[in-house]
Amino acid sequence: MNAEIATEFDTEGVQKNFMFVNRKAPYGSIYALEALEMVLISAAFEQNAVIAFIDDGVYQIVKGQDTKAAGMKNFSPTFGVIEMEKEDADEDPDIDMVWRIVVERDSMEQRGLTAEDFSIAVEVLDSAELADLMNAQDVVLSA
Amino acid sequence: MKGERKMLHTVNKSPYERNTLESCLRLAKAGSAILLIEDGVYAAIAGSAAADQVAARTDDFTFHVLGPDIEARGLADKQLIDGVAVVDYTGFVELVAEYDAVQSWL
Repeated sequence: MNAEIATEFDTEGVQKNFMFVNRKAPYGSIYALEALEMVLISAAFEQNAVIAFIDDGVYQIVKGQDTKAAGMKNFSPTFGVIEMEKEDADEDPDIDMVWRIVVERDSMEQRGLTAEDFSIAVEVLDSAELADLMNAQDVVLSA
Repeated sequence: MKGERKMLHTVNKSPYERNTLESCLRLAKAGSAILLIEDGVYAAIAGSAAADQVAARTDDFTFHVLGPDIEARGLADKQLIDGVAVVDYTGFVELVAEYDAVQSWL
């Protein structure tokens, strides 16, 4: 047996269905930002992805975030990059991946929000639809 | 042909501090397994306020609780909710291997 440790992984042709579950508000902890990085990495590898916003996670995509006075990095524009990735995946025949950006209706409504409050276009799903979608994934990553 | 996909869900927060368990119970599909770990184990104690949430769903889910986390919190002598199975770390690994995917409710 060759004891040499592989330093490169052959990911050619490997495609899985990922769901990224975002359940935390954006600035109180590092979870939201870290999850965003995971999503962008999955785009680099042309993986199918569902980016889901549940519970306080819906606050991540509320428009009009201004962190200047709080002295923190405003990472909400990056969600626009995710939206562009999704649009590219939808429209460019050379990009072989499917992306969906979804929000749980109950989480949104409990917080007095509507889809118009978000900076990006989302699909609003009932809890049962979201449960089915989650159950169908190969890999679920939570933050 | 492959049977229906089934997931394992883990919950690691106390039901008294966070809505983690509640969200898991709302969004896990019936037939899933739920494993309570770390501070999540407090939800498995019979007679507690959170116990009703778990007991009401034992037909939908198979519940497990991580024994070492029960013992660490001084709960070894407490009665657990009927239908909640205690597993050790090996059992945890077996559950992960048995199910198609894992969602960690944090």
